[in-house]
Amino acid sequence: MRDLDNKDLRGRSLLRFASPQVFYPVAGRLAPWFAAVAGLLAVIGLYIGFFVAPTDFQQGDVYRVIFIHVPAAWMSMLVYLVMAFWSAVGLVMNTRLSFMMARALAPTGAIFCFIALWTGALWGKPTWGTYWVWDARLTSQLLLLFLYLGYMALTEAIEDSRRADRAGAIIALVGAINVPIIYFSVQWWNTLHQGASVSITKAPTMATTMLMGMLIMAIAAWAYTIAVAFWRVRPIILERERHTDWVGAELERKGSR
Amino acid sequence: MLRGAGSAFTAVLRRDLMLAWRGRADVLVTLAFFVVVVCLFPFGVGAETNQLRAIGPGVLWVAALLSTLLSLHRLFAQDHADGTLEQLLLSPEPAALWVMAKIAAHWIVTGLPLVLVAPGLALLFDVERDALGVLTVSLALGTPILALIGAIGAALTLGLRGGGVLLALLVLPLYVPVLIFGAGAVDAVLGGVGASAHLLLLAGGLLGALALAPFACAAALRIAVE
Amino acid sequence: MEWESWSAFWDMGGAAAFVWGSYGVTAACIVAELILLFRRRSETVRRLARLRRATPPGRPAPGVSEETV
Repeated sequence: MRDLDNKDLRGRSLLRFASPQVFYPVAGRLAPWFAAVAGLLAVIGLYIGFFVAPTDFQQGDVYRVIFIHVPAAWMSMLVYLVMAFWSAVGLVMNTRLSFMMARALAPTGAIFCFIALWTGALWGKPTWGTYWVWDARLTSQLLLLFLYLGYMALTEAIEDSRRADRAGAIIALVGAINVPIIYFSVQWWNTLHQGASVSITKAPTMATTMLMGMLIMAIAAWAYTIAVAFWRVRPIILERERHTDWVGAELERKGSR
Repeated sequence: MLRGAGSAFTAVLRRDLMLAWRGRADVLVTLAFFVVVVCLFPFGVGAETNQLRAIGPGVLWVAALLSTLLSLHRLFAQDHADGTLEQLLLSPEPAALWVMAKIAAHWIVTGLPLVLVAPGLALLFDVERDALGVLTVSLALGTPILALIGAIGAALTLGLRGGGVLLALLVLPLYVPVLIFGAGAVDAVLGGVGASAHLLLLAGGLLGALALAPFACAAALRIAVE
Repeated sequence: MEWESWSAFWDMGGAAAFVWGSYGVTAACIVAELILLFRRRSETVRRLARLRRATPPGRPAPGVSEETV
């Protein structure tokens, strides 16, 4: 297996970004831009959500929680898939940076998961009467949170970073394979037990403005995730590569500022 | 080569069964835990027969799940401690093969007793006779799945401090579908709907787990040991 | 969509607690995440710089903390 972290890897191929040394400054330069895009889109999305989208006929104004709830739920699932993707890439191609990215993404995904659950509960109370219903979507979201927590707990518990990365990669992949199974089984369980008969997030007639707002907030959340992941992976890179010359130079630079 | 593979499987299987027999107190503890947990619930929810009958299958399934979880540590810990695991990983036989043998021995020793004892325990909850058969079959199909998935978790957490709790956190979300279909099968038959769909899904899950889990487990063992 | 007044806006048709509870907690999570992120970064830089100063160049760093990253 070629050592893809070799910094002598020339060429214009994208593979050169697999080197932590090459990726570090790139992430540093790009992160603020993604953050700015996230902020801008969030302002636009929230403006649409609060000042353009009309009051809902049935639910009144409380429905406006969806502008956070739905994007958070989408992101929590997307981030897990991306984590699983980088885990697979790391296992197959033996690139350290892939594992570092997976580790960097996990906390953000878990936070979005929590936000989706919290906002779901606060939406549920005025709408359905209770803070929690064992609705298929919310229950799957809860189990997804446990999958995130498991990944983070496992990678933190193992001291050797190489073992931690690979063990985390395996649990991330096993989890990813199970997510559709979990979702299917929870759907099955929910309909048979006739708990909440309607999913909280089902909104059969959604005004276009509502959809627009949700979509813009979702893209904002995506840009935010990328910015945060880049910001989080940089200290991880410094820590892992601390014995190299380029990190030494980098630390000197920061020290002299 | 097939003969070689077969004999490697049986060799590991026999060895693990023999070791379990020698340390059988350890194994009986799992069974005792199962019984104790099942008996706790009436104290928690009240002894009203109708309520107990309603929750009975679920309680039995959750207790079986927790017992499986508690017994998983013995799957690899002993061999890891005395170096046998590394020897096995170095052997030319495909790791998935002897991993499967170990999991099979583990299930025979910890899962099978649960399956055999569960119908008797179900009587404590006055579960109807017709449902007892489905309960047994659901556990017979489900507990091997729990052992297979749990083995992956056991391999990942090998040798870690606080490994038992971490193992539970890792594995319980993955157990939920098995629990849903297992307990659901019994509820279905009690509700008159018939459990064939549930049991078929469990059987499918078992086949899938048999096909995939040994490989994931072997990969996890290599990572843990190297 | 025009709100009748700012107080109507804050009131959110009676669901103020739920709507602002949601947005508030979300904002708090984001702020917390960013603060923890930047604190983690400066701590890492400081710690690594200190370790580097403690070892002359060309020799491996002594028992670097096995903090999992």
